[in-house]
Amino acid sequence: MTTKTFIEKEDVVVKFVGDSGDGMQLTGTLFSDTSALDGNDIATFPDYPAEIRAPHNTVAGVSGFQVHIGKRIYSSGDKCDVLVAMNPASLFSNLKWLKKGGMIIVDADTFTEDAFGKCGYKTDPLNDDSLSSYNVIKAPMTTMTAEAVKDIFTDKKSAERSRNMFALGMMFFLFDKQFDHTDTYLEKKFKKNPDIINANKAVVRAGYNFCENTDVFPYQQVQVKQAVMQKGVYRNITGNIATAWGLLAAAEKANLPLFLGSYPITPATEILIELTKHKSLGARVFQAEDEIAGICSAIGASFAGAMACTTTSGPGLSLKAEAIGLAVMTELPLVIVNVQRGGPSTGLPTKTEQSDLYQALFGRNGEAPCIVVAGSTPSNCFYWAFEASRLALEHMTPTILLTDGYLGNGSQLFHIPKMADLPTINPPLATPNDTTYAPYKRDPETLVRQWAIPGMEGLRHRIGGLEKCDGKGNVSQDPANHELMSKYRNEKVQRVANNIPEQVVYGDQDADLLVVGWGGTEGNLKLAVEEMREEGKKIAITHFNYIMPLPKNTGDIMRKYKKIVVCELNMGQFVNYLRMNFQTIAFQQYNKIQGLPFEVTELKEKFNQILGE
Amino acid sequence: MSIEHSPIKLTKADFASDQMVKWCPGCGDHAILASVLGIFPEIGYKKENFCMVSGIGCSSRFPYYVNTYGFHGIHGRAAAIATGVKIANPHLSVWINSGDGDATAIGGNHFIHVIRRNMDVNYILFNNRIYGLTKGQYSPTTKQGQVTKTSPYGVIDYPFNPGELVIGARGTFFARAIDNSPKTLGEVCRAMAAHDGAAIVEVLQNCVIFNDKTHREVTEREFREERQLWLEQDKPMIFGKAKDKGIILKGNNLEVVEIGKNGITEKDLLVHDATVENSGIHMMLAQMAPPEFPMAFGVIRAVSKPTYNQLFEQQMLEVKASSKIQCMDDLLNSGETWEIK
Repeated sequence: MTTKTFIEKEDVVVKFVGDSGDGMQLTGTLFSDTSALDGNDIATFPDYPAEIRAPHNTVAGVSGFQVHIGKRIYSSGDKCDVLVAMNPASLFSNLKWLKKGGMIIVDADTFTEDAFGKCGYKTDPLNDDSLSSYNVIKAPMTTMTAEAVKDIFTDKKSAERSRNMFALGMMFFLFDKQFDHTDTYLEKKFKKNPDIINANKAVVRAGYNFCENTDVFPYQQVQVKQAVMQKGVYRNITGNIATAWGLLAAAEKANLPLFLGSYPITPATEILIELTKHKSLGARVFQAEDEIAGICSAIGASFAGAMACTTTSGPGLSLKAEAIGLAVMTELPLVIVNVQRGGPSTGLPTKTEQSDLYQALFGRNGEAPCIVVAGSTPSNCFYWAFEASRLALEHMTPTILLTDGYLGNGSQLFHIPKMADLPTINPPLATPNDTTYAPYKRDPETLVRQWAIPGMEGLRHRIGGLEKCDGKGNVSQDPANHELMSKYRNEKVQRVANNIPEQVVYGDQDADLLVVGWGGTEGNLKLAVEEMREEGKKIAITHFNYIMPLPKNTGDIMRKYKKIVVCELNMGQFVNYLRMNFQTIAFQQYNKIQGLPFEVTELKEKFNQILGE
Repeated sequence: MSIEHSPIKLTKADFASDQMVKWCPGCGDHAILASVLGIFPEIGYKKENFCMVSGIGCSSRFPYYVNTYGFHGIHGRAAAIATGVKIANPHLSVWINSGDGDATAIGGNHFIHVIRRNMDVNYILFNNRIYGLTKGQYSPTTKQGQVTKTSPYGVIDYPFNPGELVIGARGTFFARAIDNSPKTLGEVCRAMAAHDGAAIVEVLQNCVIFNDKTHREVTEREFREERQLWLEQDKPMIFGKAKDKGIILKGNNLEVVEIGKNGITEKDLLVHDATVENSGIHMMLAQMAPPEFPMAFGVIRAVSKPTYNQLFEQQMLEVKASSKIQCMDDLLNSGETWEIK
């Protein structure tokens, strides 16, 4: 027995790919959770096909799960260091995501003539020289799995179901991880079926032992550096779950019942699913007959005194547009969560994009300003859902929270807060029997009206989508009143800037280039800037979460830098919004519209090019 | 779900708003408003516990004229808005005012779903068979062949019968009334208020400007007695000036008979039972129309079934009682967590 020697690494990206039914999501999750428990920082991203169960062994049916572990993790990573491919189709479709010289681990048993035909290989890639620039590990996973469980399952189908655990065992060996977490998970998940527990445990160990016994990774075992993390309690969380929890937290803090009216839509459905679970926290969730009923029920609930929200994705936001206008007119608190996806129309339902910014800012009839904020990492979606709720409630204004498919499905470590440490939320509730109450009487400072809730004595009133007269709120067609009320609604949103912190810049005050981003691109932009700073470049970044209104110091920041590049996953919606607001400042832009996140390498290349000009 | 009652006896005046009623003189909506204002004090809830919700159209101005909490929504969405009001605050008595265009065209989807769910709301459907506020285009209930602004050569659409929609959507309550018959209108509204679940009342309402006398073949004095069958629970279905006509079930169909002719006696007539779950007879009653049949009025169907809101509250209580998660701190720290020391 030789003593183990390890290569130490700052971070690694592993991508598990296989057929839809191969259990890649579970394998990836177990690997990332195990790494997190082992002290690594983590970020993950699933890559589902749009089809639920596409034909077996075809490219359309490939499902993936990327895991980024290491010391300092901002995103799920660009290209992977290790690609674990459970069949030829998944290798065929994912090879482009593997770094040159990276490691490929395949289930060699699946590389049959029949399988090549289904995915586009003319010859066996394991036996021609097409993979010569990679380090290919051919593991007979199917055979070895069957062997490992032969005392438990005799039929081929049951035996093969645990193949993913063999791959997981191999990764545990390669990255020196323990089995404990996986064992606990299996014991809990399959409580009623000890055969499945035993089979899976045996296969994970078989995968591990296979590496040890056959020495497939000579001098390649890796120890990934542990993260330096703040003290506290952590968990892994996806952006969608974090969003759901942020809404719940806000309702608890505001001491109001949470109401969600929503209709299932990819990739936002997870928020609806999550909130339906929490009746014990008072979450009143209504699955509506359509997107319009989703938001209209939320508006009704808001009128009736709930902290109301609706969740959707791009096409759903289009359907809700008229009703958002109603919430603007009735000046009721409402949170609209839009988990953006590739558009227009049905577009790329399972892919990410930031192309609904214009829709959020401007997509309504009439002068209809809303507050717009954006989450920027999976875990901070918790805080941005909370903040969107706080602003909606305190400013009696519909607030749109933009996240995206990349944030919603991606996961990250979440430093669990204590509820007592979160800010208070103080909605402007009217006082029963207040004889001076008028539905549209405004706070002179914030221009916010009071919220009188049906059931409150002495405050009966009628509101609706027709223009209101200032103060009393009766229907009014008066021209001057309409102009006044339009200005009030706009100014009320602008004054939200007094209730939010200033924008912050990271990096050199005298940088040669300021990188500007917003929403879900934060991780990759920040990493690109940090790496360039470590390489000695003078570069800074400011990343926006408050979009409407912008933080008050936005213009001051922009005026300090000679070169500014605004990076976003659309054709330039935020940059044009900045140009509209700051007409004397020159903004460059960098855009990508491929349904994919930015890669750090492409960002650095672009920034270096601008610096060189 | 109990709704708090008023400690003092209220009157019609308590519910009248200070807003000028702007419907056209002679519009059927005035009579419907008077009936509603008349029965609200009787229902006995506190003024603050009524919530009127409407969509868009002439009838959707209704909430402005009732001094309770009220919400004037957007076109077609009254049922969806009211659903949110009732789920968020089940201690409110929620009333929907909607026209035939609002309820059965642009809001058709919400209409059938609020019924299917048996949401505990009172829904007054003002059916004047025309778009009034937009000045006279045909609606989904306009008769085939009628000339309107958008059907200069006659409507070719087949119309909806709202009663069929309600019963087809598995509704628990459907009643029909006429705007110019305040006594019977009051009676069906009372029955609607007493019903737990989605209660829909179709009011045949006259639009004097754009569709005058659209319901004349049943509502005009000359036709009234011969063409209106007022249903009463457990009573035989009798109509006619001389109370000499009735409805029998012959084979699978309803038939009009004359009492005393061909050996027919009152005992042969169908006896009305709005409470029976099987909707077969209710559907046939809702479909009856002149000239072959009288039109059925009163409570056609009133079936007892748990409401969405009762089931909702019950589930909330059960989950709350059995869940380990009682506050956000519990949730945040549930499942797989670990501590960095």
